[in-house]
Amino acid sequence: MPFNPHTNEEIRDMLAIIGADDIEQLFDEIPPELRINALSSIPPMVSEMEVTRIMHERAKRDGLTLNFIGAGAYEHHIPAAVWQITTRGEYYSAYTPYQAEASQGTLQLIYEYQTMMCELTGMDVSNASLYDGASAVAEAALMAVRANRKSKSGRLLIAGTLNPRYRQVVANITQGQGLKIEELPCCTELGNIIPESLKRYEGQDIAGLIIPQPNFFGVIEEVDALTDWAHANNALAIAVVNPVALALLEAPGNWGARGADIVCGDGQPLGVPLSAGGPYFGFLTCRQDFVRQMPGRLVGRTVDLEGKPGFTLTLQAREQHIRRSRATSNICTNQGLLVTAATIHMSMLGAEGLRRVALSSCERTRQLVDALTEIDAIETVFSGPNFHEAVLRLDRPVAPVLEALAHRGIFGGYDLYGSYPELGHALLVCATETKTESDIQTCATAFRAVMADARVA
Amino acid sequence: MSDIPGDLKYTRSHEWVRLEEDGSVTIGITHHAQGSLGELVYVEVPDVGSELSPGEACAVVESVKAASDVYAPVEGVIVEVNDALADQPELINEQPYDDGWIMRFGEVNHDTLAELIDSDAYLASIEDE
Repeated sequence: MPFNPHTNEEIRDMLAIIGADDIEQLFDEIPPELRINALSSIPPMVSEMEVTRIMHERAKRDGLTLNFIGAGAYEHHIPAAVWQITTRGEYYSAYTPYQAEASQGTLQLIYEYQTMMCELTGMDVSNASLYDGASAVAEAALMAVRANRKSKSGRLLIAGTLNPRYRQVVANITQGQGLKIEELPCCTELGNIIPESLKRYEGQDIAGLIIPQPNFFGVIEEVDALTDWAHANNALAIAVVNPVALALLEAPGNWGARGADIVCGDGQPLGVPLSAGGPYFGFLTCRQDFVRQMPGRLVGRTVDLEGKPGFTLTLQAREQHIRRSRATSNICTNQGLLVTAATIHMSMLGAEGLRRVALSSCERTRQLVDALTEIDAIETVFSGPNFHEAVLRLDRPVAPVLEALAHRGIFGGYDLYGSYPELGHALLVCATETKTESDIQTCATAFRAVMADARVA
Repeated sequence: MSDIPGDLKYTRSHEWVRLEEDGSVTIGITHHAQGSLGELVYVEVPDVGSELSPGEACAVVESVKAASDVYAPVEGVIVEVNDALADQPELINEQPYDDGWIMRFGEVNHDTLAELIDSDAYLASIEDE
């Protein structure tokens, strides 16, 4: 449909019909003192050509930066075909379609996505995605409280090693619903949760235990022992995982004797660019037993009246357009377009490709840690095994060092001081498969130069 | 035409109530209610031991097109739930007043039974809908 602006003549005709002299008169009821007559902070107009030129020049300043920050969002290589296909007209929508069954292609894609997520996480069912990793954890927490019929307390234990932003969002979303979230402290030597430290909660009424894998420090948690502890104490085990790491690590469905009950996380590492922090997407999978407590849309496969296979939105009866205020969730936005990209990304990489991405990222981070800890003023903090992130301690505050590195075109990591002051001058670093050995040497050389500079003492 | 047995009590929210000889009461949803919902696919029942007041949502009946709450018609404590519904929710469609019962209340406050309506009043209420 073409966009046709009103002509001056049409505007005059419309004003004449309603009896107004000019458009300004329509705003007469707004008192003059409330009006902003000129936007002094807005610079004069520039043309599209000039704007394009300015943007290209500014993009050049960003483009050279070598990034070693992870902390929840990870820079991975995305095959060019992923977004080329995703942005085709047939797929280019952020939403699951309203006349869902008329869009069989979109439904099939979501069904394939759900199948892939179930395989990765070892669960029976997946929803069509959620807003992001943080809100997916919050939905999983609410879901656990609904699903755990043995628990009446609304109490959840959450690992202090879970991404601090996720913990904030969980606290925010669940606070009005009477949930009580208690944080488990991290072992300052290993960098993870010691299963024995849960002893003091033994026999208490706990609805669920939230376990990250790998955790925010990149350290591997003892997920088998934690899952078994949860089940022995009638709590559900909620896994918060990096989907790329699952190509190497045990699927949550196999954790401990019975496996985790609900699995969630951020899908960004699966084909979604960093893009200044979003949009990303969250994923949520679970055992069949809990499917009716799962929020969001689900696509199912079925047959039509003639027996031909087709796809349909299923289990909608508990969604907000039917259940209103008593729906399983009223804020469970899904991220269809990003799911499209993730599905194409996973199908292009395949299981083996994803495994190689994970392995390569793990190796690069090891090399980065080795290169940086050769510098006297830098040491590792935790002795637990890690995936593709690690915590380093500097002999001085981290922020000025990161700033000096940024001037050299390097994002040197994530300063942990704000979230974990007890770790001292701690820095979280990450290297994925996108970094070469030469990039790592460039990074180490820059660190050495910056640390040698007396002004960054 | 709806099947509305004359020996049961009813609520305007479509629950039926049968007073048992031991003083407990059995609850289900009416033939009319199951017909409006269509084929049931899932029933969520309360925990045994739940203390409920009249009007409190305590069970959910879910069909392919809607999930509806079932409200406690009386004050009492859940002493038994129909476990067969977990695998055969369609029992409610097939035999709403027999094998399709949902839950049984004990320790019933019999004053709350007075609020229930008889089959004629229930028939009138669904004809008004």
